[in-house]
Amino acid sequence: MPLHLKLHTTPEVPLEAECICPDRMRGLSIDDINRLIVFHGNREMHLADFFECSGNNDGDIRVAGDLVNVKHVGSTMSFGLITIEGDIGVHAGAAMSGGKILIEGNASDWLAPEMLGGEIEVRGNAGHLVGSGYRGSTVGMQGGEIFIHGNVKNETGHCMRRGLIVVGGTSGDFTGVNMLAGTIIVIGEMGTRTGAGMKRGSIISLTKTSILPTFSLACNYSPVFIKQYLHYLLKKGYDIDSKIINGHFERWCGDAVELNRGEVLLYAD
Amino acid sequence: MAASMRIINGRVYDPTNNVDGEIKEICIQDGKIVASAGDDVTVIDAKGMVIMPGGVDIHCHIAGPKVNAARKLQPEDHRHDVHPATPFTRSGTGGTVPSTFATGYRYATLGYTTAMEAAVTPIGARHTLEEFHDTPVIDKGFYVLLANNIFLQKLLKEKRMEEFDQAVAWWISSTKAYTVKLVNPGGDEPWKGKKNSNVSDIDELNDEGLTPRKIIEAFVKTVNARGFPHPPHIHCNNLGHSGNYITTLETMKTANGLRAHIAHIQFHSYGGEIGKNPVSKATEIIDYVNNNSNITCDVGQVMFGKSTIMTADAPLAYVLKGHSKGKWVNADTECESGCGIVPFTYQEHIYMHTLQWAIGLELFLLSKDPWRVMLSTDHPNGGSFQSYPKLIKLLMDKGFRREEMKRVNQKALINTILPDLEREYTLNEIAIITRAGPAKALGLHNKGQLGVGADADITIYDDMEDKEEMFNAPRYVIKSGHLIIENHEFRNDFNGRLLHIAPEYDKKIEEVVQPFFEDYYSIEFANYAVDDHYLHDHEVIPLGETHS
Repeated sequence: MPLHLKLHTTPEVPLEAECICPDRMRGLSIDDINRLIVFHGNREMHLADFFECSGNNDGDIRVAGDLVNVKHVGSTMSFGLITIEGDIGVHAGAAMSGGKILIEGNASDWLAPEMLGGEIEVRGNAGHLVGSGYRGSTVGMQGGEIFIHGNVKNETGHCMRRGLIVVGGTSGDFTGVNMLAGTIIVIGEMGTRTGAGMKRGSIISLTKTSILPTFSLACNYSPVFIKQYLHYLLKKGYDIDSKIINGHFERWCGDAVELNRGEVLLYAD
Repeated sequence: MAASMRIINGRVYDPTNNVDGEIKEICIQDGKIVASAGDDVTVIDAKGMVIMPGGVDIHCHIAGPKVNAARKLQPEDHRHDVHPATPFTRSGTGGTVPSTFATGYRYATLGYTTAMEAAVTPIGARHTLEEFHDTPVIDKGFYVLLANNIFLQKLLKEKRMEEFDQAVAWWISSTKAYTVKLVNPGGDEPWKGKKNSNVSDIDELNDEGLTPRKIIEAFVKTVNARGFPHPPHIHCNNLGHSGNYITTLETMKTANGLRAHIAHIQFHSYGGEIGKNPVSKATEIIDYVNNNSNITCDVGQVMFGKSTIMTADAPLAYVLKGHSKGKWVNADTECESGCGIVPFTYQEHIYMHTLQWAIGLELFLLSKDPWRVMLSTDHPNGGSFQSYPKLIKLLMDKGFRREEMKRVNQKALINTILPDLEREYTLNEIAIITRAGPAKALGLHNKGQLGVGADADITIYDDMEDKEEMFNAPRYVIKSGHLIIENHEFRNDFNGRLLHIAPEYDKKIEEVVQPFFEDYYSIEFANYAVDDHYLHDHEVIPLGETHS
């Protein structure tokens, strides 16, 4: 039986709950967990002031309630499973290095900033700056996988260096902006300025999109690695037409302002 | 309102009044130390505890435009170090450059009650005073940067010494500063105008026909002649360069027997050749300081770990950004100065960093007069002020020092005499280098001491074997008679005072300065001087004896 945390008092201001994390709860009794520190605005309070806690503390945590104002859940986690039974607030999974976070509803902005490893699955939509770097940082996501079945907003994968982000729906503007390396796959439509300032890495879209003038068309081909990725996504529950899996892609090199070493791959048929 | 108090049974260290570890009663009334207090006052039983005056930091960077730029540059430095609010105090963030509120509270939690911001451009004075207003608990002041001021250099070049003297007084009064700060005198202009070049010698002529020596000489004479409570606070030329100890010695000789304070002298004590690894010249530097009572200095100890280089020495910051290869800021401050900020990490295995660490400790341990060689890390340049307790332990505990020596670059260590130094500082000497000495060098007669009439700024530590632990968490901190920390927890908030001087000047100097403003400044002359309402609670420190 997992550890159940149920929100009993909706916070009036954002609640920073980095302690909702298997690493920080490891070996603690229910009483100890109740006494973990959360920040309610700028005040230190106890987890029990907001959450009712029950079950076994075995690395499997289920969190329920209206969590849109609860921040930093799963920050820096390295193992275990957190299941969010609904929507979650900003900074979920920040700098996590292992384990899995399953969000059954929607994720807010700043999902998994500077993620190092592990997996995040979002059944609904996510906000701006998925897998990005914090403002002032030069490197965003450095490893791990983020699977979003719905839509995302702007700046997905901002300055990411490694790892995989998959968006089942549409993405906003500046997808992969300043990307250093890694892979972003968008099944739906992308907004404008895709890959602006990217140094290396791959942005793959299964739908036509507008391309910046600083990208140049290299070729039209059917790369094996995309087939492998798409087969993997089928197993992850994404709906992908078999003709796309075997189809051709346009390879656009860019961004020319950063020496043309990145690529945007667009389904060509 | 300040409480009346008696502190009994504590072991008192008050070097100014020759009290060295005596059990002595301290009484407080109306924010001052008094000879006796009534029986119905608050009594603190300090049995088994050590009582010292509140700490005085003579050199740190805690407020103003460059500090704020450093905060904005490093969000990653703050988000893992949250400073929570309490029922008495406000929240903030920490890191190497804490937010304003956190700066005041964290100084208090180390037992410090006064700190001096060491480098503010005149045009940044208003901003600095606004931040001071939000820096709680501690009293504070700032030194104003004048050594790269184009107008003052013009007066020097034209040998208009009387107008130079009046203009210095006008600038001090207009900015509400505490003394003048000279940073790399004459070095910022070449950097601004000649592709990042710098002066490399104290006698090198700049385009104005001036040498750093002439600039230093002029300020030393003016400040001493006017009797400023603290002499010119000098960051010598060639900071950080191999062989710079010669420049440092020449700078001290330029004072010619007049009072001068050399800032973060550790960074100016390197031998060797430019472009090659430096060697320690701590012995040569400290010998000169020991033998010349007109010189005071703070050490600027390097502590391993994260730091933030922030300096008005813009060419230096430009060089350092090449080493760190990360983000950095360089700025030109109109006709007054330059600025550079570089996030930096000192690492034990690196030759240069170990050498800097060892030279700082050599200077402390070879000092014969602790009243003139004071504790600083040039916060946050050599390390955060939050590392002072560890530095105190390094000075007081040779066993700990030996253990730390095992972890550093051994090639650098054998180029120093640190392994041979057996000295351990006493509590009385620590009280001198952290309180009594800085207060004396600053001319703050009511601080750094516990005599009758002094400010009731008092710190009470548990007497512990581990000095780092002891100095890291005082049991009680009293500021101006207010009990701020009791049993390690905040019980009160307090808005400390601004400390500044107000030298008189001939109003006619404004007619001389104004045309320059109209030609070259982005700010109207009438709006330049800081208005009195920026001062909040303040104290004008009287000028002292004049020397010429």
